[in-house]
Amino acid sequence: MKCLETACLKDISTAIRMSEEKRKHIVGMLVKDEPGVLAKISGLFTRRGFNIDTIVVGKTNLKGISHIVISLQGDERTIEQLDKQVAKLEDVVKLADFKEEESIVREHCLLKINSAESIQKLEKACKKHNASILHTNHKFAIVELVEEPEKIDAFVQEMAAFGIKELSRSGINALKKE
Amino acid sequence: MWKALQEQGVKHSFGLTGGSVIPLFDEYFKDNCGIRHIPVRHEQGAAHAAEGYARASGKAGVCIATSGPGATNLVTGIMTAFMDSSPIVALGGQVPTSLIGNDAFQESDMIGITFPITKHNYQVRSPNRVRAIVQKAFNLASSGRPGPVYIDLPKDALAGKVEKEESLESMNGKKNQTAGFEELKKAAELLLNAERPVLLIGGGVILANASKEAEELALKYNIPVTTTLMGKSAFPETHPLSLGMLGMHGRKAANYAMVNSDVVFAVGCRFNDRITGKLQTFLQNATLIHTDVDAAEINKNVKSQLSLRGDAKQVLKEVLKIAEKITARKSNEWSEKMKKLARECECNINLSSNPIDPRKVIFEINKAIKEEDIVTTGVGQHQMFAAHFLKRTKPRTFISSGGAGTMGFGFPAAIGAKLAKPESEVLNIDGDGSFGMVVQELGTCKAESIKVTPVIFNNSYLGMVRQWIELFYEKRYSAVCLGASPDFAKLAEAYCVKGITVERHSEIQPALQQALKNDETTVLNVLIAQESNIVPMFAAGTSINEMFGDCVPKGYFNGD
Repeated sequence: MKCLETACLKDISTAIRMSEEKRKHIVGMLVKDEPGVLAKISGLFTRRGFNIDTIVVGKTNLKGISHIVISLQGDERTIEQLDKQVAKLEDVVKLADFKEEESIVREHCLLKINSAESIQKLEKACKKHNASILHTNHKFAIVELVEEPEKIDAFVQEMAAFGIKELSRSGINALKKE
Repeated sequence: MWKALQEQGVKHSFGLTGGSVIPLFDEYFKDNCGIRHIPVRHEQGAAHAAEGYARASGKAGVCIATSGPGATNLVTGIMTAFMDSSPIVALGGQVPTSLIGNDAFQESDMIGITFPITKHNYQVRSPNRVRAIVQKAFNLASSGRPGPVYIDLPKDALAGKVEKEESLESMNGKKNQTAGFEELKKAAELLLNAERPVLLIGGGVILANASKEAEELALKYNIPVTTTLMGKSAFPETHPLSLGMLGMHGRKAANYAMVNSDVVFAVGCRFNDRITGKLQTFLQNATLIHTDVDAAEINKNVKSQLSLRGDAKQVLKEVLKIAEKITARKSNEWSEKMKKLARECECNINLSSNPIDPRKVIFEINKAIKEEDIVTTGVGQHQMFAAHFLKRTKPRTFISSGGAGTMGFGFPAAIGAKLAKPESEVLNIDGDGSFGMVVQELGTCKAESIKVTPVIFNNSYLGMVRQWIELFYEKRYSAVCLGASPDFAKLAEAYCVKGITVERHSEIQPALQQALKNDETTVLNVLIAQESNIVPMFAAGTSINEMFGDCVPKGYFNGD
């Protein structure tokens, strides 16, 4: 008779996490531009135990409507629950699932790179990735790249050889092709 | 504001005044718009009363508090309503907009605090928006899956003059999506061709006023019915097809049916862990058809083979319509067996013992009250005694805090229910712990001449916790004995209402009759056996079929 509350909870969580395979999920939503709307959405994620990888918020062409793009990793059940819970929020007008093959997915990245050693080498590397050098001085260069997140990962890895002083990524933004 | 509330059909509100809402009650003083405001003694009582009102009437209940601590005192009540999907609109004062964010006196971020426990919340930043927001709030609270909505009212929005009022929207609201014909047809076919069907009714059936349809479906096709705690009273529990409540403290027949059924039609329930027990063995042999108005409930805890999204009433109506055209299975073997097992779960033990067996009190209440009378409960053993043994036959006559398990819910909820249904007697089955949390509302009963009947199952323990400690923690009674409880009968008299102490089983019925006859609140302080347990039960994490305790006729269940 040692079955206590915790045993029960554990039991539930194992049973419902049977499809444990995690995948990347990008969800977009049009939301009413009300005070606190971002807090409400991120609060919902925290409360339900969903971990946000990136979040992007910005204005749209529609008055009083903002666009939010959230990316996260989750198993099937987590993702299904998440979509349903978000859809319930009063401030959320529309929800879209950005499946990779159906969407354009981009991220913006700014890097501050050590350039003291060889600016030519840096320029060459940037050219290869279609990255632009926005600013240089005798110590470092600021480099910009807009690409798919995985390509940014690869670029960042390559830049590490030069020495990254600072790095800022925007998080994933997306639009549907159709 | 009161005009806006009147427009939404509000007849009663519950609350407590304070600095930030003086302008609101000043307006009330000048013109109450036909609304009766009940001043309570603690804001938590206001929120629970609003929920009791909503659950008894089906209309949104209203509670009001001042800013800061007043509003935070509503929080437990709002959360309780959220967990049980009760439509309430909570109005909270706020410091003037110019002071918001300055840590002003009695300021609290109620938008932040209430967000996770409401369907939505609004801050009214201009008097021009009051009417429109009130309309939206009521619409939202009552539509789809109902729930609480909070409105934050800065003092200047209440006191300011309306200059250019925001126009009202036409409130068709978000239409409930209903499952398509093919799905409904499949559901009807599955159910009617099942060998061992069960209808599982949750609170959603009561919320959608779909009891009639559920009953029709069960009776027409001879389907045994079990209900969750929230679904109790949706199906007449005196009917032979009623298996009673399922779950941890449910009836063995109901749990047995879940484990052995081949098709379960679940309507408006969310498969809480207190219902399912060990998930691996729950519905292991069954095809589950799950209906809910909230898409998020489908496949949340238990995966269904067929899901019908939609309002319970609409879905049941459609299923009934389609079922007419299907030839139903003829065998009555399963339903006859379940009827027999259900009868076996009726306790016919001689309970005439002293000190009083708590079940005896419930049986006496069963005899004393009428069908349309309302019973509310607190949370704990007494609640489960009521849920298990009390027979309710009409929807909205059993009001209890299910999801949240909020002690102290029953008494204020009874006050709210009484105002919603003044012609019904309202009994509050309560524990000494639960009642002790809200005892001050006796003052409200007296001052507002509201008659309810609290029946306190007094064992000087937090009984349910004591039971768990006895069963699972080797009787290490830590922080669970309440020691010297107050004399609740005398306490009632101190509040200038009536009180009767009941010490012997033979005194229960006369005391109930006396209380029901009295035209004012009478507290029955029933001293029950201190260490009685609510059984049958299954332990958390075990299969729902592994019940132990009384009223579990063993032979029948294990045989075939």
